[in-house]
Amino acid sequence: MRRIISILLENEPGALSRIVGLFSQRAFNIESLCVAETEEPSLSRITISTYGDDKVLEQITKQVNKLVDVIKVANLTERSHIEREILLIKVLAMNDKARTEVKRITDIFRGDIIDIGKQIYTVQLTGDDDKISAFIKILSNETEIIEVVRSGTVGIARGEKALRAN
Amino acid sequence: MTVERFSGAELLIKALAELDVEYIFGYPGGSVLDIYDAIFRQDDVSHILVRHEQAATHMADGYTRATGRVGVVLATSGPGNTNCITGIATAYMDSIPMVVLAGQVASSLIGGDAFQETDIVGCSRPIVKHSFNCRSVAELPNVVAKAFYLAATGRPGPVVIELPKDILIPDNVAPYVMNKDVKIRSYNPNVKGHSKQIKKAVETIVKAERLVVYTGGGIIIADAAEQLTALVERLNAPCTNTLMGLGGISGLHDNFIGMLGMHGSAEANKAMANADVILALGARFDDRVTNKVEKFCPNAKIIHVDIDPTSISKTVNAHIPIVGLVDVVIGQLDKELDAVGHKASDNQFNIWWDEINEWRKLNSFSYETSSELIKPQQVIESVYKHTNGDAYVTSDVGQHQMFAAQYYPFKKPRQWINSGGLGTMGFGFPAAMGVKVAFPDSHVVCITGDGSIQMNIQELGTCLQYNIPVVIVSLNNRSLGMVRQWQDMIYGGRHSSSYMDSLPDFIKLAEAYGHVGMQVNHPDELDGAIEKAFAIKDRLVFVDVLVDENEHVYPMQMRFGAVDDMWLKKGVKV
Repeated sequence: MRRIISILLENEPGALSRIVGLFSQRAFNIESLCVAETEEPSLSRITISTYGDDKVLEQITKQVNKLVDVIKVANLTERSHIEREILLIKVLAMNDKARTEVKRITDIFRGDIIDIGKQIYTVQLTGDDDKISAFIKILSNETEIIEVVRSGTVGIARGEKALRAN
Repeated sequence: MTVERFSGAELLIKALAELDVEYIFGYPGGSVLDIYDAIFRQDDVSHILVRHEQAATHMADGYTRATGRVGVVLATSGPGNTNCITGIATAYMDSIPMVVLAGQVASSLIGGDAFQETDIVGCSRPIVKHSFNCRSVAELPNVVAKAFYLAATGRPGPVVIELPKDILIPDNVAPYVMNKDVKIRSYNPNVKGHSKQIKKAVETIVKAERLVVYTGGGIIIADAAEQLTALVERLNAPCTNTLMGLGGISGLHDNFIGMLGMHGSAEANKAMANADVILALGARFDDRVTNKVEKFCPNAKIIHVDIDPTSISKTVNAHIPIVGLVDVVIGQLDKELDAVGHKASDNQFNIWWDEINEWRKLNSFSYETSSELIKPQQVIESVYKHTNGDAYVTSDVGQHQMFAAQYYPFKKPRQWINSGGLGTMGFGFPAAMGVKVAFPDSHVVCITGDGSIQMNIQELGTCLQYNIPVVIVSLNNRSLGMVRQWQDMIYGGRHSSSYMDSLPDFIKLAEAYGHVGMQVNHPDELDGAIEKAFAIKDRLVFVDVLVDENEHVYPMQMRFGAVDDMWLKKGVKV
């Protein structure tokens, strides 16, 4: 089962490597990982997308919590939440037909064409994992995909619930 | 008035002195020469020069296990640090507090593959509780204070501080400021158990018919042996210890039913398998205890008390988890027992004890003696006799370790010191040295074997230099006994690389280092030799005991079986 774990931790050298090291050392999976500073520069926020059963998830949460740098850990998938990922994709747009199709599909998915080369369109799309994967698949039916970069998932709980240092 | 300023090296030693550090175990090298210079110019902290950095970590570890005080290791960058890795991992697995001062090349050189540069923080990351890359002279005393605090609190463990040379040199100075009242916002280990859980636990305990109190190293680390004994007596329950937990209750106590697990007593493993409630205190259901997890104590309700939430329900699911310091939680359980009107005279477990006493009659630690060959078990019994059961006993890893755990009843906590989690051969001798440094007037004996002792034998030199007269008793069976035992039992007797064909003359070896060497090869001479060895108080004695090479450690759990599926003897099942 896919899970999204949010981690609030000290923004210190080595903190990220401890998290990543822990996952590989204990044979936990990482599907994607996002990390950046928060509004408070001494704190970082990590979102890890992983999969495993309840027992594995319990161990992941406890083990991450045990790291000295970690302030809080939350399993976003256990309650109502929002998740987003950003996709940048370069596709071949050699002729009118391909250009029209790429534009049409991008509009349907509410993405943006953000750069155009002689034969290339670069498209930006945000959405959850499902939407991004569907978009890539559909584009690949219409034209050749040159390059794909996905940011990995970030997530936040819905409503009042917030992950804060105190 | 100007504030006095010090180099990082001086600040470091001042900080250690303020934290009451008596000894640093270490080895010098280029990146830490400023620290060695600072050590030279003061008298508060002593340094013990080992012969290999791995031994420094084990010495610090042994010192800590015997005293409860944080051990300190100092090593130079590169190979000095990597040599510490095994010792750090050993301490980590057994939750031993340790601070490793790891020299590093100057900050400007880091990352450039400089001479004797390794990323020690990266290398040690999976085996430390925490680590610091210290980058500022002024911050150094506070980093040291934090490292000690982290090492010793919560679930203890090793902490590495990386010290680049440029923050140690004399031209880089700062005032000495250390805040001993450490607070870390991201680190707040639980102390007390949750009161609802305590209530649930006591409800379960008072209703139990077949309770077993199963305790581990947590009792030793928390200095909770007296409290444990009082609780066990109050409940009049059977108590078993893990290999790490021996001494948590006296090995001579009527309620003690022996060690459990792979080479535990029949009564301990039987009791576990038949228990209806297991009260686990500071133990972690290690695979050497549980045997096949799926078959482990199927009918027992498990109350698991541990300071580390990750230990709870990691392998065996706990019905009543309690996170807290084990000494505090025992106190809470005791109060709650009062609250529900529990009386010690209830004789709740009379029928249960009758059953256990039947299992005791299996006499699972009996063995046959011979008129010609010394049995390894006899050696341990002789050591027990001639130290009045009061010695600090360290061991290496293998058959001798199990024999020591089985045949030397430990009366007190911290008396038995071994590498239970990592199983580090080469641990015992330097660990014994660390103990002897702390307790020069006590008997300190390293029970070892001809394989293990050669893994840190160079420390005979250190013992002469600092006059550390430990007794080494080597159960010499001319082979790697435990490997050989498995090869006998599982690999059709094919002794692949378990035979030591070229052993040194250990008497001459001990003598070459300036110590006393003895050899015993006949049962009739054993007692006399052991007595003599312990009578020599001012010199290290190496007793090389030639024992029966065909002896196996029994009882032994059967592979993939339940906790009480055991071989009692060769070919005899329990």
